[in-house]
Amino acid sequence: MFTENIYTVTSPYREDMIIKGYSFGKGDEAACILGSERGNEVQQMYICSQLVKALKELEANGCVSAGKKILVIPVINSLGMNVGEKFFGVENQDINRRFPGRKTGDSADRLAEGIFSKIRNYTYGIQLTSFYMAGEFVPHVRMMETGFQNTSLANLFGLPYAMVRKPTPIDTKTLNYNWQNEMTAAFSLYTNRTDTIDEKSARQAVAAVLRFLTRMGIIRYESHSGYISHVILEQDLTDVHTMSGGIFKGLVSLGEDVRYGHRMAEIIDPYEGYVKETILAPTDGIVFFAHTDPLVTEGDIVYQLIHRLHE
Amino acid sequence: MIREIIATQLPVGEKLRIVKNRIEGKDPDSRRIAIVSGIHGDEFEGQYVIYEMARRLQEHPEYLHGSVDLYPALNPLGMDMAVRELPGLHMDMNRMFPGNENGTALEKVAAAIVGDIAGADLCLDIHASNIFVREIPQVRISEEFAERVLPYAQLMNVDMVWTNAAETVHEATLAHSLNLLGVPSFVVEMGVGTRISRHFGNQVTDGIFHLMKHIGMWSGELKSEIQQPVLSTDGEVEFIRSGSTGVFLPEIEHNHFVKKGDKLGEVIDPLRGEVLEEILAQKSGLVFTLREYPFVREGALLLRILTGIDHDE
Repeated sequence: MFTENIYTVTSPYREDMIIKGYSFGKGDEAACILGSERGNEVQQMYICSQLVKALKELEANGCVSAGKKILVIPVINSLGMNVGEKFFGVENQDINRRFPGRKTGDSADRLAEGIFSKIRNYTYGIQLTSFYMAGEFVPHVRMMETGFQNTSLANLFGLPYAMVRKPTPIDTKTLNYNWQNEMTAAFSLYTNRTDTIDEKSARQAVAAVLRFLTRMGIIRYESHSGYISHVILEQDLTDVHTMSGGIFKGLVSLGEDVRYGHRMAEIIDPYEGYVKETILAPTDGIVFFAHTDPLVTEGDIVYQLIHRLHE
Repeated sequence: MIREIIATQLPVGEKLRIVKNRIEGKDPDSRRIAIVSGIHGDEFEGQYVIYEMARRLQEHPEYLHGSVDLYPALNPLGMDMAVRELPGLHMDMNRMFPGNENGTALEKVAAAIVGDIAGADLCLDIHASNIFVREIPQVRISEEFAERVLPYAQLMNVDMVWTNAAETVHEATLAHSLNLLGVPSFVVEMGVGTRISRHFGNQVTDGIFHLMKHIGMWSGELKSEIQQPVLSTDGEVEFIRSGSTGVFLPEIEHNHFVKKGDKLGEVIDPLRGEVLEEILAQKSGLVFTLREYPFVREGALLLRILTGIDHDE
């Protein structure tokens, strides 16, 4: 294992923020795995740290294929992480909205460019990431529909679902989108947590990445073969909205199979404690996303359902 | 007349309300202009402009033809906390348009705003830079809509009209979304975040009345002759960024001309008592953007200079 400094951000008041990369094997830039970009992505950093640990052991046992290089970058915004801030610096910038970056741009542009210049040529790019809505997902692999996406490869992670998302204008500055534009086969891997650690889904993510690397011939690793992923389009999910604001009490869990009319959640009046609204399943389906915040605003999406699949 | 655009129940007690003040003149349905502000909760210049518009229009409603819709706070939660983004979500509201009627609560709010403005003859979105840099009064338009919007922008009594090259992310702004719907729309920038300059506010308000007169919505007297803005494109704007991380001390005033080679400021290291970098003008021109926030990282914007314009000594 080699450690390299990918990019350094200086500060007159704090220690330098050194973005570290850990590389395994030598040769073709085969796979890059990137962890936490935002200061709250603790689970994503944890998964990457466990990957570094696993790959170090595999490399010591001669299980990294000859002529293949793997790079793991566990954390980018450590400045934010140490002070509980999601975004980067005083200007509060979301690094995952700054790719491909610019050498002559502002601090975040330069940071994004500094990272991207080191990772743009990898054949496979895997990003552990989080979503803007507060909640949990069934672990899945997500790809942008750029025309270059390859859902067959996404299947090789062996996670239950692979999702394809139509990019919106704001997505054009994400790492995933820009990786795909550079012909890297890019995947975003979602587990069910962000700012706390869930050991079970972290282990699942580590296993999924190692399984993928094995199937692409980059490492040799004996693993369970996982699932044959079901490919879903984001626009085909059914959104379940709340009609009122208040305290959110979820009654179903991620991955649960619900039927039309099933009680999914209650919205409780925050002053008097009565149930203001009972949210019922609008269709048969599997819970793919669940709101987790104890409070909810009228009109918010509290669940997303995958239409029930035929057995 | 105060009207509610959308009210959304927040978790505890309060509703998020987006409101506007509709001021109607003769033939209220004949023409409509929308003036919006407060998409970014740390920008307050629009508060004065909207106040002044309401005050002047209510003083002489007899000169108004059509309707003026004034929206002082499109991000009221952000304004209440003086934070730029949507509190809680930490998202820039001006990257959420045109919104989504079937989306999250705040995507629905964005869609309701666009739906309410749709059909207007014109929309002005008033901004106040951010807390980091101070700007002269200027209109910003994207290249894509320049042909249609520029004639209006030139009447705004601003110092400058800057036509930007379009970036894909800008497609999610309010102005872009409205332009796509056929509502000529542009962004007015001036001042600095969390502050109000009455001088700039009066200048822009005078401009709005000139514009309204031009499109037949105002028949009253105008306060002054408007100034002709400098028309610029990206090629004429010189960006000066910090090459080091430290504290920026400017040595020039905002809105002044500088000559090539002039010292514009320095970046210092307070701990060691050292100057890390002297900032010199590489080209002559008008300093239309000047950093207000002292702490800078490498790459931070210090100044923008508008080049290629004549200046009489």
